[in-house]
Amino acid sequence: MSAIRLRVNGAEYAIAVPPMKRLLDVLREDLKLTGAKEGCGEGECGSCSVLMARGGQCAELVNSCLIPVLQAESAEITTIEGLAPKDAAKLHPIQQCFLEHGGAQCGICTPGMILATHHLLAKNPHPTLAQIQEGLAGNLCRCTGYMRIFEAVEAVGRAVK
Amino acid sequence: MPNPGPIVGTSPLRKEGFGKVTGHAQYVDDIVLPGMWHGATVRSTIARGRITSITFDPAVDWAQFCVVTAAEIPGENTIVHLTRDHPCLAAEFINHPAEPILLIAHPDKAALHAAVAAVKIAYEEQPGVFTIEDSEAGACAEGETQNPDVSKIIWDGAAHGGSANTFKTFVMRSGDDAAEHDAALAAAFAGADLVVEGEYRTGAQEQLYIENNGVIAEVTRAADGAIESVTVSGSMQCPYYLVHALTLVFGLPAEKCRVIQTETGGAFGGKEDFPSVIGSHAALLAAKCGHPVKMTYDRAEDLIATTKRHPSRTRHRTAVSRDGKLLAGEIEVVIDGGAYSTLSPVVLSRATIHAPGPYHWPHLTVRAKAMATNVAPHGAFRGFGAPQSLFAMERHMDKIARTLGLMPEELRRRNLLGTGMKTATGQHLSDPVDMKGMLTRALKETDYHAKRAEFDRTNGSATVKRGIGFATFLHGSGFTGSGERRLNSLVKVELMRDGRPRVLVSSTEFGQGTNTILCQVCAQTLRVPYEDVLIAQPDTAVVPNSGPTVASRTAMIVGKLVERASQHLLTMLAPYLTFPDPTADFDYSSACEVPAGYSPTDFKRAALAYLKQHGALTAEARYEAPGNIFWDDDKYKGEAYPTYAWAVYVAEVAVDTLTYAATVTDFYALQEVGKVIHPVLAKGQIEGGVAQGIGYALYEKCVYLDGLMRNNQMTNYIMPTSADLPPIRVAFEEVPSIHGPQGAKGIGELPMDGPAPAILNAIEHATGISFTEIPLLPEDIFERMTRVADAGSDDLNAVDRDTRSEVRA
Repeated sequence: MSAIRLRVNGAEYAIAVPPMKRLLDVLREDLKLTGAKEGCGEGECGSCSVLMARGGQCAELVNSCLIPVLQAESAEITTIEGLAPKDAAKLHPIQQCFLEHGGAQCGICTPGMILATHHLLAKNPHPTLAQIQEGLAGNLCRCTGYMRIFEAVEAVGRAVK
Repeated sequence: MPNPGPIVGTSPLRKEGFGKVTGHAQYVDDIVLPGMWHGATVRSTIARGRITSITFDPAVDWAQFCVVTAAEIPGENTIVHLTRDHPCLAAEFINHPAEPILLIAHPDKAALHAAVAAVKIAYEEQPGVFTIEDSEAGACAEGETQNPDVSKIIWDGAAHGGSANTFKTFVMRSGDDAAEHDAALAAAFAGADLVVEGEYRTGAQEQLYIENNGVIAEVTRAADGAIESVTVSGSMQCPYYLVHALTLVFGLPAEKCRVIQTETGGAFGGKEDFPSVIGSHAALLAAKCGHPVKMTYDRAEDLIATTKRHPSRTRHRTAVSRDGKLLAGEIEVVIDGGAYSTLSPVVLSRATIHAPGPYHWPHLTVRAKAMATNVAPHGAFRGFGAPQSLFAMERHMDKIARTLGLMPEELRRRNLLGTGMKTATGQHLSDPVDMKGMLTRALKETDYHAKRAEFDRTNGSATVKRGIGFATFLHGSGFTGSGERRLNSLVKVELMRDGRPRVLVSSTEFGQGTNTILCQVCAQTLRVPYEDVLIAQPDTAVVPNSGPTVASRTAMIVGKLVERASQHLLTMLAPYLTFPDPTADFDYSSACEVPAGYSPTDFKRAALAYLKQHGALTAEARYEAPGNIFWDDDKYKGEAYPTYAWAVYVAEVAVDTLTYAATVTDFYALQEVGKVIHPVLAKGQIEGGVAQGIGYALYEKCVYLDGLMRNNQMTNYIMPTSADLPPIRVAFEEVPSIHGPQGAKGIGELPMDGPAPAILNAIEHATGISFTEIPLLPEDIFERMTRVADAGSDDLNAVDRDTRSEVRA
């Protein structure tokens, strides 16, 4: 066990866990943040995606199933739960656009897909279709065929002109 | 409050969407119960044989674990589907790799991996049967008298309604009298200008829901130790299927077995029959250890142990006239069912009925069989047999066209079914069917003819060869044959204390939009806002059995029942609708008839008045087969489905002759599906199905070795990513059907049928090579394109030689 300090969704956590425990499991089991999902456990599907920022730099999109928690220490982690507070009346514009354009079907890839979109739009607020396709290629969706998701992402771009 | 206006046909927000986009939706693995243990499965390491011993490594402190063997099953050791050949746990004989033998539970999930590895099982191994052909060697085909190879008999049909190695057979004849039909068919072949033959194969396909199979089981016991109740919550399509399975495994009445569907992260058929297995396993562990037990598979286990789409082999022999009329056909459809019967007979039935495609056949015989192999049982996957047999039909149509020197379009035009015509089962198409009009529209909107000409002109020396192809097809909505009559589905709509209506169904939401569309239908019928309608979580202690969520039946069959139950509710409330004139004679039982001026406020007032007087109100509707629908199981004739959805799909491809990769560059999907209840969800269904169809054709290969899937990871089982797909353009035509609410028909499975044949037809156009098997990966294209033609021939279709068309003088 190691004493680890984590900063997740703006809150500080001090936990005692094995240093090689996967960030995904720490989020889900120790912090009870179950929005990140395990789909494959090997960084292929992206349903465990979270944002990880260090030293004020732009956040990176990471597969939390591939990150030992020790590696996340001192980083700023954002999960789907941190995008809009649970009691907030308003969703984040990305969440709202996914809802309106049918970007979420079964919903299991949705948290990761929304965070991937967040990551993409932070770097490029008005991506072309090809840039959206490329930007989301690390997140698999078996339900939608991605077309509704592309529409949702384009709608976010229009909403935040 | 004004009337909400039309609700069906608009796109309100998904009912459970908020929880999904915020990450608060609770999937089974997100749920932790106090004192919960975790379960794991010890699986066979051989494909076929007998267990000779099981030993537990003494280095493990087994007292800390709960272990369940087949001998400890309180009821029957079976997972019931249509038969009882499928054991819950293997007791002595092993019939496929990764077959469950023992179950282990422990409070700490991390302790399970080593424990599973510490169980040593010794076997007396037998050679496995892994292919359709191998399985046929052990079977005795219809009319054959020679002795089969008994060493290859792996499934004893006598006890389970089949024959050796053969789960099920069907013979479908278009004629009424078998002898007359056979004679007429033979005569048609004898007199035909041409006979075209072909063989087509499809591979296994994994559903690849992103959420693996998982459940949590709880068992309570009475003071005397007897099991009082078994409750299983989890990711699934059909809660009542699992109730049925539990009643047998535990020897309990249905009222003691409760099943609750949690939010389900994709299913596609993969959570139709399999939850009966994992649900029974978790419940057995919970019963023994006295704790709630969670069982969730990781991806690798899910891929080796759970169901996939049936591999198939379809052979066509077709008599045609020079002017392109189908005169007679013989089709043989064979599916590989895996080790146990499970759902294979009904998958085979849909494959059989869809085998003739959307065409008129003067004389047609389809022979179909489902064979046993030593592979984990194949099961339900979107399309359920139809994608396999329609792939063969639509590839074969292009072959016939090529043989005749006709355009693929022209051959189809001369044979398409239309209004008033009869299908091969003798079903009269009384609803309007305009496949010729749809074909014209699809080819126009894709600029098909211009593109075909352009590619023909430019492909010659091009490195990247381009092609365009299409498929015309149909898909039956609802259960096949007499299935719906047998299901006898029940739906309820009740009033909540605050006067809001709540829909009670066992139909499950797993992404398709069940919650949303059923609430739309209820809201539309009651004329209340969509937002006011609630839908209950599928919990068998609360909801009636509205049937399984499969077979493109939910929108049409269950939707119609929701409409009828809502009408009944309105009728019961009628005396309380006090405005404007309570004595006026309005027909509340009709969805179209409510008095002018009626508003949602009136509904609420009436609902509250009713509840004040009576305490509660629940209205229900039970399925009643329409009077003009008959199906004869023995003759395999009649109305195979209440109605059909019709479609034309067009694919454009690019085949790179340096990398041998085929890519779909444009896709157009036109379908007639009756009334579209929710345009955004409907488009999402089609696009998602097309994406899976593109995967089926070009990416997704299950690699088996000795019956075990070896590429059981997302790293090497490749599904399309966002970067792999072309634009998918979706268009609907709406011809209302009396069988569905507001005229809706089934939509879910349809888009799985068309992409693969359309894509391979396009690849043939691009390359001139007739590929007959999917999945078609770059290595397969490489193998074929680098093949050297036989001496004196420039024909690379050498493997087709034995089934090539025979042209009569």
